[in-house]
Order: sequence, then C-alpha cells, then structure tokens
Amino acid sequence: MAPPSYFMGLSAILFCIGVAGVLLRRNIIIIFMSIELMLNAVNLAFVALSRAWGSVDGQAIVFFVMTVAAAEAAVGLGIILSIYRNRETVNADEINLMRW
Amino acid sequence: MVATFPLGLILLFPALGLIFNLFLGRRVGRAAVNTVGSGVIGAAFVVGVIAFVQLLSMPAGEALSSTLWPWIEAGSFKIDVALRFDALTAVMVLVVSGVGTLIHIYSTGYMAEDEDYARFFTYMNLFVLSMLTLVLADNVLLMFVGWEGVGLCSYLLISFWYTNSQFAYNGRKAFIVNRIGDAGFVLGMLTIVWALSSRGVWTLNFVELHRNIGLIAPATATLIGVLLFIGATGKSAQIPLYVWLPDAMVGPTPVSALIHAATMVTAGVYMIARLHFLYEVTPEAMELVAMVGGVTCFFAATIAITQPDIKRVLAYSTISQLGYMFVAVGVGAFSAGIFHLMTHAFFKALLFLCAGSVIHGMSGEQDMNKMGGLAKKMPITCVTMWIATLAITAIPPFAGFFSKDLILSDAYTSGHWFVDLLGLVTAGLTGLYMFRLMFMTFHGISRVDEKAAHHVHESPRAMTIPLMVLAVLSVVGGWVGLPDGIAWGNAFARFLTPAVGIFKPSFGASELMLSAESVSTTLIGVAIAYIFYLRSPGLATVMAWRVKALYQLLLEKYYIDQIYDVLVSRPLFFIAQYVLFRGIDHYTIDGVVDGAGLTVEAGGETVRRVETGNVQHYALVYLLGAVAIAAFYLYRVLR
Repeated sequence: MAPPSYFMGLSAILFCIGVAGVLLRRNIIIIFMSIELMLNAVNLAFVALSRAWGSVDGQAIVFFVMTVAAAEAAVGLGIILSIYRNRETVNADEINLMRW
Repeated sequence: MVATFPLGLILLFPALGLIFNLFLGRRVGRAAVNTVGSGVIGAAFVVGVIAFVQLLSMPAGEALSSTLWPWIEAGSFKIDVALRFDALTAVMVLVVSGVGTLIHIYSTGYMAEDEDYARFFTYMNLFVLSMLTLVLADNVLLMFVGWEGVGLCSYLLISFWYTNSQFAYNGRKAFIVNRIGDAGFVLGMLTIVWALSSRGVWTLNFVELHRNIGLIAPATATLIGVLLFIGATGKSAQIPLYVWLPDAMVGPTPVSALIHAATMVTAGVYMIARLHFLYEVTPEAMELVAMVGGVTCFFAATIAITQPDIKRVLAYSTISQLGYMFVAVGVGAFSAGIFHLMTHAFFKALLFLCAGSVIHGMSGEQDMNKMGGLAKKMPITCVTMWIATLAITAIPPFAGFFSKDLILSDAYTSGHWFVDLLGLVTAGLTGLYMFRLMFMTFHGISRVDEKAAHHVHESPRAMTIPLMVLAVLSVVGGWVGLPDGIAWGNAFARFLTPAVGIFKPSFGASELMLSAESVSTTLIGVAIAYIFYLRSPGLATVMAWRVKALYQLLLEKYYIDQIYDVLVSRPLFFIAQYVLFRGIDHYTIDGVVDGAGLTVEAGGETVRRVETGNVQHYALVYLLGAVAIAAFYLYRVLR
C-alpha cells in the first residue's frame, strides 16, 4: 500500500493543475472543468487521509462534496448556457459584466 | 424697603403701540397710526408720572420695583426680568417718555407727507421702548438688552430712507461703531461676573452689586470701569467712537431729536451714573471719563463752528454737551451730570425740532448758506429756537445755565482745573457756534433761492405746539437745581442723592465767581458770532481765508473720518478681503472641504481600475490571498 504522502502529492498536483486551468484558460467550459478537477483533488486528499487515519469522517465529507458538486455543475452549466445564448461566446475575457 | 408698583405698564404701552403699528399700521391709516403711536408714549409718560408721585411720597432712598418674570437661572446665578424705579430712573423715565411724547406728536406733522409713516412710528415706539427698558432695568443684563435695542433702532431710523445708499451706509456706520463700544460693555459685564463669582457672589443686580462692590479688587474695578466706559463712548458719542453721530443726521429730523435728546446718547451717562458706586472705587477710571469728556467737549465744539449744515452743527453740539455730562460724572458730580442730561434733553430736542421745522419750511434745505432772514417767515420756530439757544449757551436764567454752571463749578472744586478750563473755553465756543447758527438761519440778509423762498412757511400746529412746550421747559427746566442758598436750592440734587450719591468737593469756591467766568466766556463767543455773522457777514469769509489751513482742518472735522478710514476701515477691509476671505475662507476652509472631496474622487479613480470585471483576475487575487493566509499560518507553525 502506497504511503499517504503519495496520495497527497498527487492531490496537490491535480489541485494546482485545476488552479492553473481556472486562472489561465479563457474558455468558461474549461474553467468549469478545472474547478471540478480542484474539487476532486480535494476529494482524493480526503479519502486518502481517511484511510490513513482509519476514520470515516473524510469519506463522509467526500459524499457531501460530490453532491454539492453535482448541484453546482447543474447550476453552473445552466449559467454558462444562458451566457452563451445571450452573448454568443464562452470566452471569459469577453464576459466582463461586473466591470465598473 | 421696596414698594411694588406695576412698572411693567411703562413698557407695556410702547410695546402695544409697536405691535399695533407693526401689524396693523399700514391698514388702519395715517390718523390711527399717529394717535396710537404718540398716545402710547404719552400713556407711558402718565404711568411714569404716577410712579414718580408715589416715589415722592415714600421716604428717601426707597424705590419701586416689579419683577416681571424669571429670566436666567443657572445654579446660583439668577437674573430676573425685573424693573426698579428709583430717583435716577424716575428722572430718566420722565425725560424719555415726556420728551419722547412731544417728539412723536411733532413727527405726526413732520412725516405728514411720508408714505412710510407706519414703519416710522413702529421704529420710534421700539426706540422709546428700548430706552425705557434700559433705564428701568434692575440689572446690568436687562440694561444691556435696552442698550442693544436703542443701537438697533438708531440703525433702523438713521437709514429710514434706505433707498439712498449713502443714508443706508450711515446707518450701518452707526451700528458698527456702536457694536465696537458694545463689545467693551459686554466685556465689562463679564468681568463683573468673573470678579464677583470668584468671591462667591453671582449677581448682576444693581442693588446687589452696590452691596458687594467691596469684593472687587481696585485694579479689576478700574478694568471694569474702563471697559464699560468704552461702551459708553460708543453709545454716547465720545472720542474715539463719536464718528457715527454726525452721520446720523441723515435720518428724519425727529429721529435726530430722539437720538440726541431723549434717548440713546444719554445711555452712556446714565449707565455711569447708575454704576456710580463702581466708579467711585476707581479714581483712575473716573479720571479717564472726565478727561475724555473734557477733550470731546472742546474738540466737538471747534468742529461745530465751521459746519455749514444746520443739523451737523447741532450734532457736534450734542457731542460737545455730552462731553460736559461725562466731565460731570467723571469728577464725581453724578447728579450734575444727570441734571445736564435732563436740561439738555429739553433744549436739544427743541433745537432739533426747530431745525426740523426750518428744514420742513425750506423744503428739505439744510445748508445754512442758503438760509438767512427766516425770522419773519417762521416766527414761532425762530422764537422757540432762540430760547433753546439761550438755554444751551447757558445764559441765566435759562435751563442750561444752572446745569452747565454746576458742572463747571464741580469740575473746578474737585480739582480738575484742566477739564474745567476745557469746559470754560467750550462755553465760549458754544456761544459762538450757536449764535452763528441762529444769525445765519434767521437773521441778516436772505440767501434763500428764489424758488424756495416762495414756499417758506411756518410749520403746522402739530409741530409748533411741541416746540412751545419744550421752549417752556427749556426756560424753567433748570430751576429745579438752583445754586445752594437761593430759594429751594438744588432740589434736583437732593432728590437724586439716594440714587447716585452726593458730590464731595475738594475745596470751596465762590459759585458766583465761577458763574461770572463761564457767562463772560460765553458772551465773548456770542460777541464774536455777532461781529462775524450779523454785523459784517463778509468778515467770516475773510477770516476763513486768512487762516485757511485751520479753517479747512475744522471744516473737514480734523480729517478724523479720513484717518479712521486709512487706519481702521481699510486695514479691516484688507484683512477681510485678502486674509480672511481669500486666505482663510477661500483657500484654507474651502481647500479642506474641496480637498476631502478631491482626495476621495482621485482615490476612487485610481482604485477603480482594480475592478476589471474579469472573473479570472478576481480568482487570481483570491488565490494570492489564500496563499498569503496559508503562508502566514505555515510560518507560525514552523517557527
């Protein structure tokens, strides 16, 4: 059985890839996928630590995260869809409604 | 022991007249305004007489009093709106309301053609009301209310014909000059409270002050005396604050009479007599009062000699006569000062009303160079004005003789020989300028314009009757204060003694000698006036040309107005414009306010660029924040 630090390392790498994707990519769909990646990186860390410490708390939280993520995905995709319908684009640079 | 009497009535009547004229005056018409306006002052006079009779029936030293309502209560400091009627107040109330009534009656004739009669009588009533408040007050603060009231009314009445910007300017000048004096009065009043409160006494009541005057250190008393005297110089037109009074002549003539005779200018003299106990403990302040009075007396008389405007001559003569009163109170002869105040009220009111009658008859002309020979056209005015002239120049047995003579002899016997000398010389100058005025106006050849000459007429009955009443008073008014030893002697001084104390001469002197001195100086002045202005009228012009520099100096009133303009007005305007307005207000205060706004605006302009609207920028900042927080905790853990 691989030691927990391996899992943690993988989790950190996945999280950083997610962060980079959110910050650098322009396509909202990709940004959205990157967010999912970050969430799942965290899930991986939870599960790994849950097993390492012999506790189910981490696994329980992972279920919550997955449910919330599912709901968030539904809402998020809905928003993206409606933005696309309105503005004919999914490029984050062109969506600046929050500008002053 | 103090008896109660509804003294409030004396104030109530003018107040009712004021309210009536203010709110209804324009609607009820001229006759009603005239009746009410004069009637209420007459009613106040009647109440005053009743109070006076009751005062006479009481033992000497007692007073009528009446507390209207409590005014200020702060801890142990308590001031009521309370009135007190003692001998001094009695004299003042009778003079103010009596002469005031006559002036009001006269005004009904004088203002007969003025559209704004309701406003005029409103102000006049307020004027008398303020003055009565001033003299009836039983404490310094209520007195100050009246003090300010007459200042306000003088402003309102001097600039009565406000459409003339020069008149309005003169009104403001009077108000501002008075304000300077009032600042002194307020400081004096506060110093009294400060000095007494540190000894545990909180009061401004005259009786209480008198009782506790010993608690005030002599140096402090001097300070108070000087500060209050500054107030008096403003209100009573003494050097250096007299400049407003000659300019006050632009008001309607009855106003001049009211300001100069019955009210306002006498306030300063009254105030010092009222606070005689304070001045008695401070010889230094007394000395100052006497000296300023003496110098003013002489100084104003010299200016009066050259002025061509009939009212201006009288204005300077008022300043000069007030100087006599200050000499009297300054040397400790308080009752003599009040005596002169009373006789002066009679003859100066008469002089002004006569001058008004002349101006009225001459259709507004005030320049004596354009008068002359009016005696035949205006006999009543001429005769009554002659009586007033004899009174002011102190020819026995007219009223002014007794009071002025008393002042001069008191000044002499108290050891103020220099002030006495000034007074004596002024007596001669008075004879000169008054007879000059009479000769130039009523006698000699007529210099009246052809056009104006046609209109010259004697004034209506409403104007001449007050003249006659005042003429009688100008004759007999002085007889209440005969020199001691003749008939009833100085009954006036005996009556006033409980209120203002008694004059204590340093040494005795022959009263007859002193009288002879002053009368003979006066006669010299009269003789000069006769030679220059009646016998050979060209001589005055020749003389004026010979001593051109001196003549010009006097004609231009010693250039005092110009000097004040350069020394006071201009620097003040400069400071106001460039330091206070530009420097303080415009740059500093506005700068701070505008600066606050500009800073916020510029700051917003700068930081708004952070809000790009791009979600990824927000996310980056969010990440950096999260990293920073994580780093912080990590650092703490590892350390």
